[in-house]
Amino acid sequence: MKSVDYEVLGLRVGLEIHQQLDTKGKLFCNCPTELSKSGQPTYEIHRHLQVSESELGEIDRAALEEAQIKRRFIYKGYDTTCLVENDEEPPSPLNPDAIDIALEIALLLGMTPVDEIHTMRKIVIDGSNTSGFQRTAFVASDGKISLGDNLIHIDTVCLEEEAAQKISEDTNGVVYSLDRLGIPLVEITTSPEATTPGQVCSLAKWIGMILRSTGKVKRGIGTIRQDINVSIAKGARIEIKGVQTLDMIETIVEREVIRQVNLLKIKDELRKRGAKKVKEVLVDVSEVFDSPQGIGKPLKNNVVLAVKLPSFGGLILWEIQPDRQFFDELSDRLKRFFRGAFYTDGLPNEIGDDQIAGIRKKIGAGPDDCVVLVVDEESRARSALNAVIQRANEALEGIPEETRRALQNGNSAYMRPLPGAARMYPETDVLSVPISGERLKKINSSLPELICKRKGRYVREYDLSDDLAELIACSEQSALFERIIILGVSPTLVAKTLTATLSELRREGTPVQHLTDDHFIGVFEMISANKMVKEGILEVLRVLANTPSKTASVASSELGLEMLGKEDIEKLIMQVIESKRDLIKERGTDAMQPLMGLIMERVRGKVDGKLVSSLLKEKIYGGINGEDRKRGMGQSEG
Amino acid sequence: MMIGDRIKVQRGDITYKGTLMPSRDDSIVLKLDHGYNIGIKKDAKTFVKLIEKGKKIVPQKTPAPLINPCLSTVSILTTGGTIASKVDYRTGAVTSQFDVEDILRAIPELREIANFKGEVLYNILSENMRSEYWQTLAREIAAEIEGGSEGVMITHGTDTMGYTAAALSFMLVTPVPIVLVGSQRSADRPSSDNAMNAVCAAKVATSDIAEVSVVMHATMSDDYCLIHRGTRVRKMHTSRRDAFHSINASPIGKVDYSTREIETFAEYKKRDEHKVLVRDHIEPKCSLLKFYPGADPEIVDHYTSRCKGLVIEGTGLGHVSTEWIPHIKKAVEKGISIVMTSQCFSGRICDLVYDTGRDLLKAGIIEGGDMLPETALVKLMWVLGGTKDPEEVRTLMRKNIAGEISGL
Repeated sequence: MKSVDYEVLGLRVGLEIHQQLDTKGKLFCNCPTELSKSGQPTYEIHRHLQVSESELGEIDRAALEEAQIKRRFIYKGYDTTCLVENDEEPPSPLNPDAIDIALEIALLLGMTPVDEIHTMRKIVIDGSNTSGFQRTAFVASDGKISLGDNLIHIDTVCLEEEAAQKISEDTNGVVYSLDRLGIPLVEITTSPEATTPGQVCSLAKWIGMILRSTGKVKRGIGTIRQDINVSIAKGARIEIKGVQTLDMIETIVEREVIRQVNLLKIKDELRKRGAKKVKEVLVDVSEVFDSPQGIGKPLKNNVVLAVKLPSFGGLILWEIQPDRQFFDELSDRLKRFFRGAFYTDGLPNEIGDDQIAGIRKKIGAGPDDCVVLVVDEESRARSALNAVIQRANEALEGIPEETRRALQNGNSAYMRPLPGAARMYPETDVLSVPISGERLKKINSSLPELICKRKGRYVREYDLSDDLAELIACSEQSALFERIIILGVSPTLVAKTLTATLSELRREGTPVQHLTDDHFIGVFEMISANKMVKEGILEVLRVLANTPSKTASVASSELGLEMLGKEDIEKLIMQVIESKRDLIKERGTDAMQPLMGLIMERVRGKVDGKLVSSLLKEKIYGGINGEDRKRGMGQSEG
Repeated sequence: MMIGDRIKVQRGDITYKGTLMPSRDDSIVLKLDHGYNIGIKKDAKTFVKLIEKGKKIVPQKTPAPLINPCLSTVSILTTGGTIASKVDYRTGAVTSQFDVEDILRAIPELREIANFKGEVLYNILSENMRSEYWQTLAREIAAEIEGGSEGVMITHGTDTMGYTAAALSFMLVTPVPIVLVGSQRSADRPSSDNAMNAVCAAKVATSDIAEVSVVMHATMSDDYCLIHRGTRVRKMHTSRRDAFHSINASPIGKVDYSTREIETFAEYKKRDEHKVLVRDHIEPKCSLLKFYPGADPEIVDHYTSRCKGLVIEGTGLGHVSTEWIPHIKKAVEKGISIVMTSQCFSGRICDLVYDTGRDLLKAGIIEGGDMLPETALVKLMWVLGGTKDPEEVRTLMRKNIAGEISGL
């Protein structure tokens, strides 16, 4: 796609970023915002959902389509979930901490908060919310950020409850876990103003940086998700959901552009062929099959229904995205209604040529027409073929507006139509929340330093390398970092400890989550007072993580890491020199390194390596008396 | 400007466009184009302009359904409650305003079970029910049965459903099922329990169980409903779907939602065993009084000065403090019937075990057996509506009329 000219195509991309907030309680109850530690459900409930009318008496198209598929939802509950998640109790008022964080984010994005926050119900009946709606509230609008030379508008910030997590799906129903349901999240929607795939990625990174700058958002896989809105000038708005890694954003945008371009080609081809709207004529062709078992599924209560897609001959196999054909667009739609078998021209099947000829004859299909067959119980077969007809007719118009699901390779599959405004109605169980001027003033006066600025400051003020500054500025430890360096220790040492050393301990399986700020401060107080050397940090932290009740000084003395006095070191050096005289004789100054190794092996963590090195040099070279030092002590003695 | 108008609101640097919505207070509530509502303060910085007058929203009505001759006819009498509710623009709250057609439109599965007719009797929250409404309801039900209905469903708010069920149990002798149904989670949410409860209730209404019953969720899941006897059922949870429990008796049976099959586990009156009979006499001047430690005995005087009958929710086996006993005795002597029930709900009254109990018996209280306090109250109203003779009241209160009391 390198040759694609996005400007000519009129690419417009917007982002919807969903970020979980790190509050103590959930948005509408006080349950913890952590996933269940045990992972062991303590109860289970089964539910069905139905469409309800919105306040305007309209039924949302996305909700309606979901409702046509009767599904059973199974919810796993935990000792950390309550009746609110079960949809068995009215919600508590909006969590004020979550509102404050959402306002803080809105102000960082240069937005204008509303005077009064109203909680809405957004109908979502895929089961991911026990109530059948997601509670969501509009917090602020009208923001902007600069991205290089471009100004990107941030349309809205909403405060929402996180959905339940899907565990599995089979013929019995869809299984969800309730622990995630209700965790507060902000949804940030940008204007569709990014014009290249690369720009979309930078935009996502920039907003992510702003979110992390607050220090009040959750970190880790699944705590931030991007939805991408993609359109090209002649195409349609497509929302691609559930992009969890930034690396995939560019590919996803590129592939959606390919999809829209190819669907437009199909539209042009259909126009050229003079294709007309597909009529909703479904023909029962069961009789054409002498032996129905021959087509893969016993016919018992099933029928074989066929539909003719005039002028669609051959288009089924046109490529839409790498490894996806127009066939997949049809099959995504029909799979939602249907569990039976599905055949169409050009796909491998077990149907005999004479049977195909019979069917084509029966439904009056010419050589340019495509035939689609389904085998299933009649009502499901009808729903499925109607979905195919709808999709085929949409192909005549171009590209249908859809919500799609990101696939691992950057392609996408159909989820549902784009929802309309009709799916929103007021959450009558939650009172609106006025946002006072004082509240905004207070938040505004304590806005956090952005990570990008923090990084610059670390390089400038603490002389950290660029990489290390970035690492510590982005990390959750940046506040701790600043607390520690007040003790007068090396900023680079502190930054490395809080990043690399911690990673190393984590990798080896040490429970670093037990380490508190006080543990780190204790360690660096000892370093600062020369009671411990930096080489002992890792070992002391390991002990503290395993037994958090200990202090740094107890841990270091148990490990025998108290600093050795100068006399002790000199004594040790002399002992080593005595025992290795031969080596020194033989290798001269080159013996420095092995000797250093021998000494450090015995005193690592108890002494500063630099001090050992300088004392060792002094002792070895002490006897050289102006001789060429390269020749070493051995020669001078000789 | 009217609710539903499309307007533009300028406030400082920002302009919002959307539909004007009802507001609970002084602020402007605007539904923005993507569906979100926001509140905007009205002050000197706020300027509102009309863009377009709102279109009147005409609720869709479905055409009258075809009668399926294979199905029986069930009447739905609606009294309000959350089985049939909508968002109220004025207050932003959920209110009841559905008629039978609305219910059928919301729950299309019902049409597979019976042909429905019916009317909106009341449109009230169940806390606004009154004893005269029970009388009207009983007469309307009888009229429906006489008019050929083979079952009657009453949609009712859940808060006082138990009281109405008890009242109808005493007032009606019925040849067909009379089923009260409601929902705990409002009908305007996709997860509402209204559909399953209504479907199961309709199954009971077309069944052989010619009793006044309450049909509601049995568990937190959408799996089955229990059929509770109208005199034995109590709402035991403020919000859960499975709030309704049969107390001191087994439910009559259950209805499986997926198979729609009924399984019974208690005795019940069968269809057409009796002719319809209305006995809708009632004495509304009765009260229910809960005793608590240290409660002033003058409370008894206060109550009995204005009622003909009093049900006391005593402690444990049916006790009140010794101080209360002379006051009770005085009231009984005045001809007021006083029935003792227990705030334990589960279990029966026995005033022979402790002195206080024996003194209460001597003072003339009527032991309520294992009746629920609310059922005892409704029964006392009904009994006093029929007779003023204290001895007859005593006899009837101790007699099983509609499965409300056992072990006599």
